Amino acid sequence: MIEQYIPVFIVIIVAVIFAVATVVMSKLMGPQRPNSEKESTYESGLKPIGTTNERVSIKYYLVAMLFIVFDLEVIFVYPWAVQFKKLYSQIGISIFFSMLVFLVVLELGFLYVYKKGGFKWD
Amino acid sequence: MIQYIYLAVLLPLLGFLINGIFGSRIKNEKVIGIIGSGAIGLSFIVMLGAFFQTLGLPVDQRQNIVKLFTWISAGGLNVGVAYQVDQLSLIMGLIVTGVGFIIHVYSMGYMHGDKSYWRYFAYLNLFIFAMMNLILGDNFVLLFLGWEGVGLCSYLLIGFWYDRKFEKGTTSEAAKKAFVVNRIGDFGFLLGMFLIYLTFGSLNFNDVFSRAVAMPIETSVFTFIALFLFIGATGKSAQIPLFVWLPDAMAGPTPVSALIHAATMVTAGVYMVARCSIIFASAPAIMTLVAVVGLLTAFFAATVGLVQNDIKKVLAYSTISQLGYMFLALGVGAFSAGIFHVMTHAFFKALLFLGAGSVIHSMHDEQDMRKYGGLKKYMPHTYITFVVAALAISGIPPLSGFFSKDEILWKAFSSGGFGYWLVGAFTALMTAFYMFRLVTLTFEGKPRFDEHNVHPHESPKVMTIPLMILAVLSIIGGFIGIPEIFSGEHGNVFENWLAPLFAPAQTKLMTYGNHSAFLEILLMAVSVIGAVCAILFARYVYLKNIRIAGKTVKASKGLYTLLLNKYYIDELYEAVFVKPIGRFSEAFLWKINDNKIIDGAVNGTASLVSVISNNIRKIQTGVAQFYALIMVAGIVAALFWLIISL
Amino acid sequence: MNEFYYIIPFIILAAGILISLVIEMYFTSSEKILPWFSILTFLASGFSALFLVNNVKVVFENMLMSGGNVNFFIFIFNLGAALVTLLSIDYIKKYHTYYGEYYILLMSSVLGMSLMAGAKDLIVIFMGLEIMSVCFYALAGINRNKLKANEASLKYFLLGSFATGFLVYGMALVYGSMQNTSLEYLFLNFTKFNTNILFLAGLLFILFGLSFKIAAFPFHMWVPDVYQGSATTVSALMSTGGKAAAFSAIIVSFASVLTVVNTNVFAPYFGAIAVFSMLFGSIVAIAQTDIKRMMAYSSIAHAGYMTIGLASGNSYGVSGIIFYLAAYTFMNIGAFGIISIVEGKNDTNLTIKSYAGLANKKPILAGLLAIIMFSLAGLPPFAGFFGKYYIFIAAVKAKLTWLAIVGVISSAISVYFYIRIIVLMYFKESEEDFVIENSNTGLLSVIIAVLFVILLGIAPNSVINLISYFAK
Repeated sequence: MIEQYIPVFIVIIVAVIFAVATVVMSKLMGPQRPNSEKESTYESGLKPIGTTNERVSIKYYLVAMLFIVFDLEVIFVYPWAVQFKKLYSQIGISIFFSMLVFLVVLELGFLYVYKKGGFKWD
Repeated sequence: MIQYIYLAVLLPLLGFLINGIFGSRIKNEKVIGIIGSGAIGLSFIVMLGAFFQTLGLPVDQRQNIVKLFTWISAGGLNVGVAYQVDQLSLIMGLIVTGVGFIIHVYSMGYMHGDKSYWRYFAYLNLFIFAMMNLILGDNFVLLFLGWEGVGLCSYLLIGFWYDRKFEKGTTSEAAKKAFVVNRIGDFGFLLGMFLIYLTFGSLNFNDVFSRAVAMPIETSVFTFIALFLFIGATGKSAQIPLFVWLPDAMAGPTPVSALIHAATMVTAGVYMVARCSIIFASAPAIMTLVAVVGLLTAFFAATVGLVQNDIKKVLAYSTISQLGYMFLALGVGAFSAGIFHVMTHAFFKALLFLGAGSVIHSMHDEQDMRKYGGLKKYMPHTYITFVVAALAISGIPPLSGFFSKDEILWKAFSSGGFGYWLVGAFTALMTAFYMFRLVTLTFEGKPRFDEHNVHPHESPKVMTIPLMILAVLSIIGGFIGIPEIFSGEHGNVFENWLAPLFAPAQTKLMTYGNHSAFLEILLMAVSVIGAVCAILFARYVYLKNIRIAGKTVKASKGLYTLLLNKYYIDELYEAVFVKPIGRFSEAFLWKINDNKIIDGAVNGTASLVSVISNNIRKIQTGVAQFYALIMVAGIVAALFWLIISL
Repeated sequence: MNEFYYIIPFIILAAGILISLVIEMYFTSSEKILPWFSILTFLASGFSALFLVNNVKVVFENMLMSGGNVNFFIFIFNLGAALVTLLSIDYIKKYHTYYGEYYILLMSSVLGMSLMAGAKDLIVIFMGLEIMSVCFYALAGINRNKLKANEASLKYFLLGSFATGFLVYGMALVYGSMQNTSLEYLFLNFTKFNTNILFLAGLLFILFGLSFKIAAFPFHMWVPDVYQGSATTVSALMSTGGKAAAFSAIIVSFASVLTVVNTNVFAPYFGAIAVFSMLFGSIVAIAQTDIKRMMAYSSIAHAGYMTIGLASGNSYGVSGIIFYLAAYTFMNIGAFGIISIVEGKNDTNLTIKSYAGLANKKPILAGLLAIIMFSLAGLPPFAGFFGKYYIFIAAVKAKLTWLAIVGVISSAISVYFYIRIIVLMYFKESEEDFVIENSNTGLLSVIIAVLFVILLGIAPNSVINLISYFAK
């Protein structure tokens, strides 16, 4: 069992040695004369403006999250709608109500977000 | 009522909880007293109901078990909180709750004005709770729980007046002594329990006893079990060699002495031996030991009682002596006679203690009899009831003590021991003498106290009425155990009541010799006449001719000092056990073992753990990435193990 | 349709959540209504579970189990949550941090726990776990003005997601190797797969994911930070309900390991987790100065004790764990409850030293805390003693005596820091002068918890019989 993994181990070990070796070797062998020009960020010759990780308003996330919820809802409802006739003949009216319960629960959440001001942009 | 028997146990606990938790806030003594006494009174009513219900049942259905819940279940050990309602536990329960109730009521008067009134009643109720567990429990664990519980309450109540002096030390030293000596006995009892569990694989009375019946008598394990149990009994019931704590236990309030150290707790050993009658009956050697120890205790305690001057000390030694009688009865196989004496003794000894309490109460806590005298005109009720009790304990017919004591003596005789009878009868004679020495010195003759400063008075009704009730019981209590020769074909009612319980034990024991009724009456007559003579002699000496006493003392100075100092047993124990153990403890256990080895190990371990702890906690860096790294490290290690283990 | 009858506890809880949403939307005084409404919901759900305890049935296409142990767990969760809610009323007032979501999230997390307890399918376990965890992530940071709470919430979320990743990966591996996610199927065919390394690795990954929730070594690192940072009441629920739910999930997914004799291939893992958790938790707790951190390490140690039950792999172990969980729930809710009462505004009075001289200031609180500490330390006659006792017995029965011995040693170490609290309360003078606000509801909750601690200590058998009747 364990023998068949030996090549994998060898690859891992070689990879680790290679990675470590390159970093260490360049550190050891290369000349290091830092100055402020060398240390600054390279931005196509222009002076860098601000940080690279821009902040996005939290509201976008909120909308994105709500969108996902309703997106998933559709994924759930769609196959149900396609199969409805078949399911209805097999199970009966309860197949309708089970989806209704699902939608009510979902809409209640939606209503809650609305009431709490989740859609207010300001 | 049988199925509600747990009420008889829980009510005292309830009383304890109420008085214990809220007692300090209840300012009214009456309320505390009524809660305390009421709990016991109701408990008594429950016991009474259960008794009459059992009485109405056919003989073979009189042993009932009321199971509450399973307490511990581990492996083969199965211990339930279950109460056994049978002939023996009913009798004991009635004594404990009945006499207990009377003493509670009495205490309301006696403890009046005490600063810890509520604490007293709380402890007393706790005691009854523990005692009821001891009596009613259907297994050894519950019995042991009660056994330890009554020991604890005894400790608490002996040291109740912890700020008072007692003899050379303090009351708390007396309490400590009682506790430690009892602990030695408890150790034996525990060993016995372990052996029982090893041998029978159960600690339930029914299982153990039914398995014991089936085992042959020669099995030597019985000898060890019985021996260990008996060591336990000598501790709790103050027999040789562990009796030394009982005289010191008189440091507690007098009603406590009456309830715990005369009527109930000290008879726990008797109860236990009777309950385990089948085990003892299977160990003939130990039976003989029980009888001999009982007899010796009865005799020696009586001789010490002859010369004591402290009124409670006399009663304490008298209690030890009477307990010796009970063990004599058990030892010769007369279990029901032993229990019968427990009952009558509970009546008259409680009465004696309460009477003594009444006297001490009115004499401003003076306990030396030489400073009493002529009290009968000041306190007539106490006097009359006290004399009744003294006559009862002396074995004067038809009072209760006569029937129970002569039953024991007769059984001792007919089991083949003329020696038993002789020593027993002689002890009875001494009992009569020292009791009437006490009565005469206290109540008769001329007052020997300073009549200008001390004004004795009769105690209030709340104290005298309990005395009267107990006096009535002391008079008529014996009639339920009238021996066969007087009662004809009914036989001994008390003995017949208990007979089914002791039947398995009796079949294992040898039968009694067949003696004629004439011989029985003759022996009775001898002991009664002896007692009467002793009483008259005591009255003559201490009323008319006190010089005889002085002369005797002078003539036998050595013997007198020996007796006065209680055979120097306390000093002997002090020199042989307490001091060497103390020295060993101090030199080795404390200074070397405790300080160096144990403390060193404990402190060393503690500081080592602290050092480790302080270093490991540094792992907790607070950096979430590092936390994840640790998780991954753990997972990798586990996977690695999985791969190599396959 | 009558399958719905078996899941009434779930339905009550879910309906309660929806109704609370409506209450929160339309009532301005929801702060006063919601706590009582949620207590009502918890009690209704809990007692309906107890009522249905004899109806053992697998419902919804082998997805959910109802009755027996499951309902016992649900009862414990709900009762615990009801006690936490009682505690929260005054606690939230103290911090002025009322958000309607608090109680709703509390209820939702209990629904998640209940699902985990009732799961009969890996997917349901995952779903329950996520419902519970997401609620906990939010609850941990409910006091969003507090920096530490934010930190706790974020750390918990990050590490929790990390651990859940392993869990899902494990489920995938198990599904891959047996083409099924049903736990019933796993149980029946365990012997067929137990040489398959992918299958075993999958189970192991599931164990890792759940070990995170029970706070066992080495998945415990989040515990001190999160317990300390979160609201005390939330910590109370996280340390009890969350742990219990994860344990129930382990018990059900490893049922084959725990009931089929001689196949406990996981014993070394459980054993190692147990030993490290116990010793690490007990030892490091000694060095703590903050009482909530101390309780966190104590929680790690207790996870270790319970894992002994898993390592022993017999029915004694399982019933022992369930008893232990019940006992631990009440002990810890009591302990955190008292901490939340003693705690002042703005995280004051949370050091261990704050408890010096408590016996003089608040004798009742000190007495209750003393009982809880004795119980946590495992001294009779309280619930904690019997919890440990049954676990150790199980270990001895499984011939893992050494594990029981390590457990006893660890308990002995832990006595030090539990009893230290009692010593401080009763034998030391108070150094800081602060006023403890009275909280009647909080006190009531703690008293109920302590009563259960005593009840389980005095009559453990009635409970253990009930449990072992269903644990089999």
